Amino acid sequence: MKFGIVVFPGSWSQQDFYHVIVNVLKEEACYLWHKEADLKGSDCVILPGGFAHGDYLRTGAIARFSPIMGEVARFAEKGGLVLGSCNGFQILTEAGLLPGALLRNDCLHYRCKWVHLRVESQDTPFTGRMQRGQVVRMPISHGEGRYYIDRETFKRLADNDQVVFRYCDERGNPTKEANPNGSLDHVAGVCNERRNVLGLMPPPERAAEAILGSEDGRLMFASILETFARA
Amino acid sequence: MLTARIYVTLKPGVLDAQGDTVKSALETLGFTGVEAVRIGKFMVVTLSSGTKEQATAQIEGMCKRLLANPVIEDYAFELEGAEG
Repeated sequence: MKFGIVVFPGSWSQQDFYHVIVNVLKEEACYLWHKEADLKGSDCVILPGGFAHGDYLRTGAIARFSPIMGEVARFAEKGGLVLGSCNGFQILTEAGLLPGALLRNDCLHYRCKWVHLRVESQDTPFTGRMQRGQVVRMPISHGEGRYYIDRETFKRLADNDQVVFRYCDERGNPTKEANPNGSLDHVAGVCNERRNVLGLMPPPERAAEAILGSEDGRLMFASILETFARA
Repeated sequence: MLTARIYVTLKPGVLDAQGDTVKSALETLGFTGVEAVRIGKFMVVTLSSGTKEQATAQIEGMCKRLLANPVIEDYAFELEGAEG
């Protein structure tokens, strides 16, 4: 399976993704420069973390107009798998490929720490190898991760099972203390209505090897590979 | 030249963590009676030519497509200067 990793000026986790895909999973990966409107035959497109275009104006606001984003939107429209972590999540919301927006953390801090997430839906191509209610451990590293959407649209998201991850404590309780950024209803990741585009703040690519503290992120890659093998 | 003074603000109801922090700093400094502080963005866009009507349409388009995010922000603007 071939993963295409989009690189914007200011992206920073493209090499982490590349390492996990090529060295850990033994799959194929290529970089996609944001100015080239070409996905190079990728089976899954990844938008990595970082500070694309310096996060000027708003996180992801400039990146969403990069030439490659038109191709990413067309790819998603055809049902292609698109995964955005951290800044990639912010870009996907700005591009309208995912609902909502990410705002400045409510706690005044840039949060760089390990968190627990409760899997809220295993019915996505990215979480098929996880169990609903399972608690996974991943790091976060962001200053603007507070998920927000108006109440009415949020109800629709929740009813459609589009909330995929929530911040929780180690026992799986989504509490205020376990929520690192003030995210609405503890949301850490959402998918689109068609379920082929997923964004989450915690980077699974940094939790894919035991030596780094957690292998839980690997479940996400394993799910993607399984989806692809079945297709 | 026409100049647009654009104000982008968080929608009412969207928590403004920066604004709240500045509010408590003002209270720490002894300023009393501060009901709320909301922080937004102020942008000045200078256009090289066109009528006020054209400028209004153009700035409106800029705000909708890029300068404000309709999920979380409202915008308003005023035009200054002479047409031409």
